[in-house]
Amino acid sequence: MNMLEIRNLHARIDNQEILKGIDLAIPAGEVHAIMGPNGSGKSTLAHVLARRESYEVAEGQVLFQGKDLLAMKPEEAACEGLFMAFQYPVEVAGISNAYFLRAALNAQRKYRGEDPLDAIDFLPILKAKMELLEMDERFQGRSVNEGFSGGEKKRNEIVQMAVLEPRLAVLDETDSGLDIDALKIVARGVNAMRSPDRSIVLITHYQRLLDYIVPDYVHVLANGRIIRSGGPELALELENKGYGWIAPALAGAQ
Amino acid sequence: MTTSNTIQDIASQEYKWGFITEVDEDRIPKGLNEDTIRLISTKKNEPGFMLDWRLKAYRHWASLERAHAEPTWAHIKHPPIDYQGITYYSAPKQKPNRKSLDEVDPEVLEAYSKLGISLNEQKRLAGVAVDAVFDSVSVATTFKAKLAEKGVIFCSFSEAVQKHPDLVKKYLGSVVPYSDNFFAALNAAVFSDGSFAYVPKGVRCPMELSTYFRINAADTGQFERTLIVVEEGGYASYLEGCTAPKRDENQLHAAVVELIALDNAQIKYSTVQNWYPGDKEGNGGIYNFVTKRGKCLGNNSKISWTQVETGSAITWKYPSVILMGDNSVGEFYSVALTNNYQQADTGTKMIHMGKNTKSTIIAKGISAGHGQNTYRGQVKIMKGATGARNYTQCDSLLIGDQCGAHTFPYIEVRNGSARMEHEASTSKIGEDQIFYLRQRGLSAEEAVSMIINGFCKQVFRELPMEFAVEAQKLLSVSLEGSVG
Ligand SMILES: Nc1ncnc2c1ncn2[C@@H]1O[C@H](COP(=O)(O)OP(=O)(O)OP(=O)(O)O)[C@@H](O)[C@H]1O
Ligand SMILES: [Mg+2]
Repeated sequence: MNMLEIRNLHARIDNQEILKGIDLAIPAGEVHAIMGPNGSGKSTLAHVLARRESYEVAEGQVLFQGKDLLAMKPEEAACEGLFMAFQYPVEVAGISNAYFLRAALNAQRKYRGEDPLDAIDFLPILKAKMELLEMDERFQGRSVNEGFSGGEKKRNEIVQMAVLEPRLAVLDETDSGLDIDALKIVARGVNAMRSPDRSIVLITHYQRLLDYIVPDYVHVLANGRIIRSGGPELALELENKGYGWIAPALAGAQ
Repeated sequence: MTTSNTIQDIASQEYKWGFITEVDEDRIPKGLNEDTIRLISTKKNEPGFMLDWRLKAYRHWASLERAHAEPTWAHIKHPPIDYQGITYYSAPKQKPNRKSLDEVDPEVLEAYSKLGISLNEQKRLAGVAVDAVFDSVSVATTFKAKLAEKGVIFCSFSEAVQKHPDLVKKYLGSVVPYSDNFFAALNAAVFSDGSFAYVPKGVRCPMELSTYFRINAADTGQFERTLIVVEEGGYASYLEGCTAPKRDENQLHAAVVELIALDNAQIKYSTVQNWYPGDKEGNGGIYNFVTKRGKCLGNNSKISWTQVETGSAITWKYPSVILMGDNSVGEFYSVALTNNYQQADTGTKMIHMGKNTKSTIIAKGISAGHGQNTYRGQVKIMKGATGARNYTQCDSLLIGDQCGAHTFPYIEVRNGSARMEHEASTSKIGEDQIFYLRQRGLSAEEAVSMIINGFCKQVFRELPMEFAVEAQKLLSVSLEGSVG
């Protein structure tokens, strides 16, 4: 079964059409990369999937594990197993990472009819995931993303993903801002999560990430449409030639 | 749904404490003159010094009233208050010498239990003694006997006047004289009850002391007075909670609190104020005009105010500390929330007189709906206050774009060695923040309440445990319907 099925999706922000008819199917267990020039609509697609309310869907249908994703609120989509790693993670002053993440996990457990975890059950889980991502323990007690470096924020997104164990993870430029060692660590964390019943969408500009997390498919999004799909070799080609050769009109947009 | 709708929805939840209790009340006629004062004093069987003091206060107040000297400097607006239209004394009828709770009107007990306050000692959490003030009088005080073993006196103000007149005479008005301001004068003239606590030398009060104020009767003002004295090396932690029924008319609450800390004594005073704030259109609600002040009389003494203000149509309140003793410490931690048409003008005064005195002010204002939130703070360093230090932090959080936040810091330094730090910030709850938390599985309500709890953390951690939980719940309830 497809984890995600997007059919003819059109979306607007402030009455301006950004997504102009996206069709995309992602089977369970696969990793798909989405590449494309700046401003082409990649983050918009991620936000629409995560049900951000300021992004208006004009047309189309999206099925997530067979359910109508567009009818869900952000928290319902999350509780159904959709996770988005933000291109720009948000800071929440005064709330510790550990407290926040436990509240989030318990909200999702409640949705699934499971008992909440108390701090004693939760902290070992968090600790294990932080070790996997080689994040210092003191980040548990720090306020969510407050004062984190750019790379720390990105790594923290992946810690959250590892704790929440989503069915579909959409990672929006998680590689940007990471140093070379951090990139390897994050890739290891993401690879550890690959499984037959989980799908991953990697939004990225660089082949570098795809050296470590080898995708099953690569899609090129340009001007609100997917204009080409292929195997991992497509990303290599893009790396060498830019976007101009697939869409000459975009020659200057890379 | 837009972000501001969500915030709006969260903030507009109904006030849950708005019920009215049917009790037989002993009320005096509306209106205020010297006879009213005499009548109140007679009803309370007070010694002569009390009546004299009340009459002096009344005459002072009446002269201010005639001169139209009601304060107008605060950033609040309300129609003129008709002081002759208020009932100044209203008390549930009860037997004069109640020996036990069995003799308290069951309706009154029921009202407290609806509010989650059990006056039955066996059912209480062991750590908190409660004085329950219903309209004009104290109806019960718990754990008196247990406290007395340590020499701690905790009783209603009326009882203190009868049993400990020497202490009352010595300290009443010593921190907030009746001439202090318009509302303090009114309170001194007509106050009917309140709480009194006295902690003797070297005693650490073994439990939290608390007063729960409930306004019930219509057209009634509540004018209570609290006096807490902690002798050398003693310690007391005092909690205050308040609610009132929903009524369409505004009701006046003008309280006075005086705290006195001697050498090495510490007083921690916490308030969770949840008077009826009025409805969504701004009708009704309590006018909360309160004078609270502590005096660090002794060296190395410390007074700490923590307040969470979510209720009242109008709040006018500046808990202050006069730092007289050398090395004394004053603290003010405040969260003030205004939603719908609520107005709050609140802050503190720290008056440094002794050497090496230190004060900390952390004020958090949250405005939603059409709420107007003003921080007004004064820090005064007197000539003799060598080595004084103050740290002030004022943060405002805006929810929606029809509310307002205002900050008026007044700083006066007469000693060059003073060190002052001031930080201020204003932020808005962003749609991006709410979306981030919702993306992780939290509802919009949970997201907003988490952001607000984070914003208030520095204040909440100063509250006693149970109160902190209570305060968090209260904030999310008070904001229900205001998130967008
Ligand atoms: N609030 C907004 N109002 C108007 N236009 C917007 C708004 N948000 C995004 N856009 C526009 O939508 C387009 C798509 O933006 P999006 O963030 O999806 O691009 P992207 O493919 O993720 O780009 P990048 O690679 O730079 O991250 C851009 O042209 C952007 O300016
Ligand atoms: Mg983007």
